[in-house]
Amino acid sequence: MLYPTYTRRSDPFALMRSMLRDFDRTSPGRVTQPVFPAVNVWQGDEAVAITAELPGVDPADIDISVKENVLTLSGERKAPEIPEGGRWHRNERGFGKFARSVRLPFVAAEDKVEARMTNGVLRIVIGRPEEDKPRKIEIKAA
Amino acid sequence: MTNDVTHTADKTAAETPETTTGRRIYRPLTDIVETTDGVTLMLEMPGVAAEDVDITLEKRVLTIRGKVHATQPEKLQLAYAEYGEGDFERAFTMSDDFDPDKIGAQVSNGVLTLTLPRAAEAQPKKITVTAS
Repeated sequence: MLYPTYTRRSDPFALMRSMLRDFDRTSPGRVTQPVFPAVNVWQGDEAVAITAELPGVDPADIDISVKENVLTLSGERKAPEIPEGGRWHRNERGFGKFARSVRLPFVAAEDKVEARMTNGVLRIVIGRPEEDKPRKIEIKAA
Repeated sequence: MTNDVTHTADKTAAETPETTTGRRIYRPLTDIVETTDGVTLMLEMPGVAAEDVDITLEKRVLTIRGKVHATQPEKLQLAYAEYGEGDFERAFTMSDDFDPDKIGAQVSNGVLTLTLPRAAEAQPKKITVTAS
């Protein structure tokens, strides 16, 4: 691998970054198939939310199910339709079936799960059941 | 929620200068397909609405920028993160036979599809050879 030293004089870390990137690509720990979709989990007193980036997935192709305290997200990313005679220049996006499960900190009630998809970002909000909500304990005067 | 570290498909940062706010700029994953009448690009830009996409073609350089709407749910704090949020930016050097006025752009489910038809005079013409 050739690392040009003369480019990007203004950024002294550019070379280090590009070497690290190459290292990441070749080191064996990273060859494992990455998990899709990446999820972010949000927590609050009233609810827990899970957001996931699912670009190019039709909301109709996403399946969300809750069983006790496990939420499963599954679906399929469909490959784009290429017109006849089309030729690939680049294919960086991935396609195929996916599934992911997230363990929730409580048993979720079916009717308290709400999912919404905007611009390829899925947001699932799960309301906390009443008995799981944090309770303020009053201190009584002796 | 487990505390295991999961390997997810990382979003790579774009090779652009730093932002003043310290926000990351990501490089959208792109599929490019050559068709009979031009080139089609499909860029993954989750969280970007159609009106927040900015496309310019200047001196053969096609630049695509997308502004992301943050998805912080109300009254909730981030507890576990596998992906970062940030704007998208990527540039491509094209051949010079594209007409900037004829570029078609469309956003659906977080994927931007760009169609760049080649200029009419640049389209290959088939010449038939007749036997004399």
